[in-house]
Formats: sequence, structure tokens, C-alpha cells
Amino acid sequence: MAKKIPGGMKAKRITGDVVTYIFLSVMCVIWLLPFFWVIMQSFRDGKGQFISTFLPTAYTINNYKALFTDFNVINFPRMFLNTFGIACCSCVISTFFVLSVAYCTSRLKWKMRKPYMNMAMVINLFPGFMSMVAVYFILKALGMTEGDKIYLSLIICFSAGAGTGFYVMKGYMDTIPKSLDEAAMMDGCTRWQVFTKVTLPLCKPMIVYQVITSFMGPWMDFIFAKVIAGAKAEYWTVSIGLFNMLEKEYVDTWFVRFCAGAVLISIPISILFLLTQKCYQEAMGGAVKG
Amino acid sequence: MSNTLTKAAAARQQAANPYSLSAALKNGGPMIWISCLIMGLANILNGQIIKGLIFLAIEIGVIAFLAVPNGGFYWISMLPGLGEKEMQEVWNDNEGVYEYIMGDQSQLILLYGIASLCIIALLVLAWQSSVRSGYKAACLKAEGKKVTFLDDLKSLLDENIHKLLMTPPTVFLAVFSILPLLYMMSMAFTNYSKEDSHLVLFDWVGLQNFVSIFDSGSAIGKQFGDVLIWTLIWAFFATFLNFFLGTFVAIIINRKTIKFKGFWRGCLSLTIAVPQFVSLMIIRSMMQQDGIINRMLLDAGLIAEKLPFLTDATWARVAVIIINCWVGIPYTIMQVTGILQNIPAEQYEAATIDGANPVQQFINITLPYMIFVMTPYIITQFTGNINNFNIIYLLTRGEPLQVGNSAGDTDLLVTWLYKLTVDQQKYNLGAVIGIFTFVVLAIVSLVTYRSSGSYKDEEGFK
Repeated sequence: MAKKIPGGMKAKRITGDVVTYIFLSVMCVIWLLPFFWVIMQSFRDGKGQFISTFLPTAYTINNYKALFTDFNVINFPRMFLNTFGIACCSCVISTFFVLSVAYCTSRLKWKMRKPYMNMAMVINLFPGFMSMVAVYFILKALGMTEGDKIYLSLIICFSAGAGTGFYVMKGYMDTIPKSLDEAAMMDGCTRWQVFTKVTLPLCKPMIVYQVITSFMGPWMDFIFAKVIAGAKAEYWTVSIGLFNMLEKEYVDTWFVRFCAGAVLISIPISILFLLTQKCYQEAMGGAVKG
Repeated sequence: MSNTLTKAAAARQQAANPYSLSAALKNGGPMIWISCLIMGLANILNGQIIKGLIFLAIEIGVIAFLAVPNGGFYWISMLPGLGEKEMQEVWNDNEGVYEYIMGDQSQLILLYGIASLCIIALLVLAWQSSVRSGYKAACLKAEGKKVTFLDDLKSLLDENIHKLLMTPPTVFLAVFSILPLLYMMSMAFTNYSKEDSHLVLFDWVGLQNFVSIFDSGSAIGKQFGDVLIWTLIWAFFATFLNFFLGTFVAIIINRKTIKFKGFWRGCLSLTIAVPQFVSLMIIRSMMQQDGIINRMLLDAGLIAEKLPFLTDATWARVAVIIINCWVGIPYTIMQVTGILQNIPAEQYEAATIDGANPVQQFINITLPYMIFVMTPYIITQFTGNINNFNIIYLLTRGEPLQVGNSAGDTDLLVTWLYKLTVDQQKYNLGAVIGIFTFVVLAIVSLVTYRSSGSYKDEEGFK
């Protein structure tokens, strides 16, 4: 191949390649530098947000230890468990909701189908937290913004929106041939059995995608949690905790611990994210063939 | 328009469904007419006792809820005035103390009033279905068939499965999305605001809030203009810079002679994988006046004094747009890479034979194809950027803030909405901005959605 290319072209191509490699390397450095910096900071021995050298002068793992031993201002393990529990519950509820709505809109014919889908689309157009203050008032009127009911409120908030987020799942179910359903019904299956024994198994990669995505929601969000949990630190989720570590009162002691916490949260979330991408591509690539 | 559609659909339904409401009222006879008043009576008389009792219980329950003192009717009757009574101090002679008598709370009146109206709407739906169901029971009895309650339950797993599956999501949606939206939207027509201390008692003011926001002479109107213009500038640059730079990088990585394609893409996609609030808070800390970026630039001798990244309006605006590129370019690369690989290779070969150089190939082959395929994506990105709360709030918190303004120089409509409601408690203005944002997004999205393939395919749903 290379032999056919005249000498001048080859030289030009090599210069092009070198320029491209340099360009890509510079880009990667810019993209990775903040993450590298934060990892190094999380091992820094010392206090304060502002330092005079890029790399720390002394290293320690005390920042990680402090996250799990110093509960004076911010109780990191507690927040981690809060978020984990809320994420598990809301992930189960919202996956169930998404599957139900997707199945009904994709496979069944019913009177309110089209109106429901239009309504879901209209609701999605409102800025999400426009209703947030109102949701808070409603939860307050129901007496759910005090004590342990805050957990329940947060779970509801994170899963309530699932009724409108069914479009991806529906799109996937649309690719499953209807003939499979019909064949199953001929064999005497009820629609419930078709749903659980035919449709759901075929949607497996997409279900995994949905489960992880809704599991990640509470870890990433901090607006809802902030409005509902407010100043009650024992109900904070991880993101509010990290946000508060950078508030003026705490930042001096907590900055390095914030870096440690950020690293600890980012690792599992990044892995989960890569998993969702894999599942999504698998699902889209290997769509069910009739 | 959707109304006429549903009407047409209803007419079609009627032919298919012999147990419709009008058929029931026309052919049902006295028993059905009576059960229009006493829901479920026709079911009970026709042997469907449990079902009938459920309908009856619903009716009694709702009417009891509406009629009791401080029940639904009370709240609805208070809706037009939104409450007048202030909290009062009364001197109690026997005890020798002041006693407080709770006044009206407009906010609760509004919420409960709207909720009661919704419950009445639900009662109407239940009434409809009870009349139909009663008529159906009567017809079946006349034909000598018998449908037991157990059969009805079983049908929930089969032909009526949508009722079973759709109920929980719809209830959640109604209580935690639709009711709050109605509630919030109604606030736009009141003076519910910390201003003039209308936090406990407020009134309907009609379109006054809309007028003051769209009046460029008033202080709030001027700010609205500024924020709106910045929101549009931001959305434009954030969308198109991301798109063009992302496409550029994707094409470079896609060069035939470049090795380790996966490695480059992987490095760049780390900003997608790490939670956004973490990476943005890190960047915020790095860009502070005394942060590491200024420190490094100073040490390297590139600048003489610290750059005001987040404290000067222009610097901050440029900074958020650039940081948004840092966050957004990997997304574009992800989207574009697949599309680039779909462009038929023959087109490029033919172009090479015709002597077209890479730039000409890009302009005449790659770009038209990309724009054709990516238009819906770009428009979604544009609307997403108008609503991009995270990047602004976490990076600059809308600052720098000029004295006397309620919106900072980098505030978008959404972050301003957040500040107006959560921090400043000017709920009425927040609601107006929310409605306005919705209208803008709705227009943009409807136009895109209507012309997109998925909508047209949906029409073909059998």
C-alpha cells in the first residue's frame, strides 16, 4: 500500500500524522489534568484550598481516613449509605414504572395511549425544578418533610419522573416483532405472561441499562435533595455533602477531604457509566430479530 | 387540535364499543339513570355486588371529603379570594395572655383548592366508568352471562393489563408532576412574593407579573431582557462550538493512519463518566482568584496579575462557554464517530480520484451529511443548553452579581428561576419565567419532533 504513494505525499502524510498526534496528546493532557490534579490533592498532607505548587509537597492517606472517622461537620459514611439506600429503592420503582409504561405504549392498544404520550412529552418540556418548590409544598402538606419520612420523600422525587422517561425503552420494545406476542397468545398466554415471559427477557440488556441509569440518578442530582433535605445534615445525600465541603466555613479543613470524597464517588459511578454504555451498545447492536 | 383528534377517536370508539356512555344513557332505562346518582347501583342489582360496592364507596368517600367542614368545597370556595383573614392576637381575659388565632394561608388554600378540583375531575371519570360498567352488567345479565368480580380481577392480567400497569406511574405523575405544575403555574397570576410581604396572604393579580416582566422599562423587565439575551447567546455558542469542535476532533481521530483510536476516545470521554457535579466543582476550585490555574500562569510568567475568571462578567461568560466545551466535546465525539463511519467510503474514493483535497472533501461530503443527520441532535442540544442548570450553578452560581440585581451576569433563565424561588422567595416571578421557558422550549421541540422520523413512524402504529 505505502509503496504506491509517491515520496512527497508520504512526507506530507507523516507530517500530518505527527501534528495530529501532538494535537491529540495536548487535548488529552487538558482533559485529564483536572482529574489527575484532584487525585494528587486527595493525598496531600495539609489544609486549605489554595496552594503554591501544582503537586503536593507531602503525601498522606489521612484525608481518606478522616472521611470515615471525622463526623463533626459532615458525616460522609452516613451520606453514602443514605444515597445508596435511596438509589436502590428509587431504581426498583422507576425501572418498574418505565417497563410498565413502555410495554403499554409499545405493545397494547388502549384509548388513552396517544394522549398519555403527548402529555408525557409536554411535562418533559417544563424545566424540571419549576415544579420542585411545589413538590416540596405538597410533601410538606402531607407531613413528609420531617424526620425519617424525608427518605421516603426523596425516593418519591427520584422515581416520580419515571412515568415520562420511557421513550428509550419504548423505542427498544418497538423493535421486538409483534408476531412473538401473537404466537404466545395463541399458545394461551395471558398478556401478563407475555409481558413477563416474552417481552421482559428479550429486553434484558435494556433493563440493565435502565436499572443502572436510574440507580445513578440520586448520586448525580443535588437540586431535589437540597430543597427537600435542606439544613438537616443527617439526611443529606453525597452530592450535597460534597457541595457543602466547599462552602466558606468548611473549605479550609475539608478541601483535601472533598478531593478524597470526589475520587471515592467518581470511581464506582464511572464504572457504572461505562457499563451502561456497553449495555446500550449491545442492546442497539443486537436488537431482536424476528 | 388534539381535542378534535380525540373526538374523532371517540366517535370511532363508539362504533366499536357498544357500552359507551351515550349508549348507556340512551338505552339503559331507569335503573341506569338512578345509578347515575347512586354510583354502582346497577352493578349491585345485576349481580356484581363487590364492584358496585366499590363504586359506591368511591362516591361516598369523595362526597364526604368535599362536604365536611374544611373539606374540598371549603377550599374551592376560598379559591377566588385566596383568604383574607390575617393572624390575630386576641386578649384572653381569663388566662391573662394574648392568644393567636390562625389566619388564612393563601398558599395552602391554593394547593388544596387545586387538589380538590382535581379530585372532582377524578370523580367525574369514576362516574363515567361506573355508568358504563353498570350498563354493561345489565346487558350481560339480559344475555344470561355472568361476570364475577374474580373475572374482572383476572382481566386485569390480560385484556385490561394496561389499567393495572399504567395506574401506579400515572398516579405518581399526577400527584408529583401535574399537580405541582398546575400549582406553580397558577402562582404566576398572584402576588405570592417576599416583596411587600405577601408570603402568607396573597391575591390574584391577573397578568400583572407578565406585564412587569415583559416591560423593558421596569427594573425586573430590564433584567429579564439581559438574562434572556445571555441565555440565547450561551445556548448558541455552547451548542455550535461543541458541535464543530467535537466534529473536528472526531474526524481527526478517525484519520486512517492514526493508531490507538480507542485510547484517545477513552481519555476524552472521562469527563462524561465522572459525575458532572464533581468535575465542575473541581474546575470551580481551580479557577478561583487564588486557584491553581492562576498560580501556574503566574509562576510560568505568562501573566503579570491574576485573571478574574469568575469575578469579571466577560471573563466568567467566556469561561463557562469554554468549560462547557470541555464537558461537551466528548459527547459530540461519541455521537459523531458512529455517523462518520456510516458515510459511504466510495464517495471519498471518487472524490480523491477527481482530485479533491481533504478540505474540499470535508466541505462537500462530510459536512452536508453530518448536518443532515445531526439537525435533530443539534436542536435537542440547543434546548438542553437553554435548560442547562448544572454547569452554570456549579461553576459560577450565576455570579458575578451586580449590586441591586437579582440575577447574576452568568445566570440563565433556569438558574434565575431557581434563585427567585428557592433563595429570594419571589414565587410569582419564578413561575412567569418557568412558563416563558416552557413556551420557548415547546415551540422549538414541537417543530423538531413533528418533522422527526420517529413521530412519523409512530403514526403508522397498528
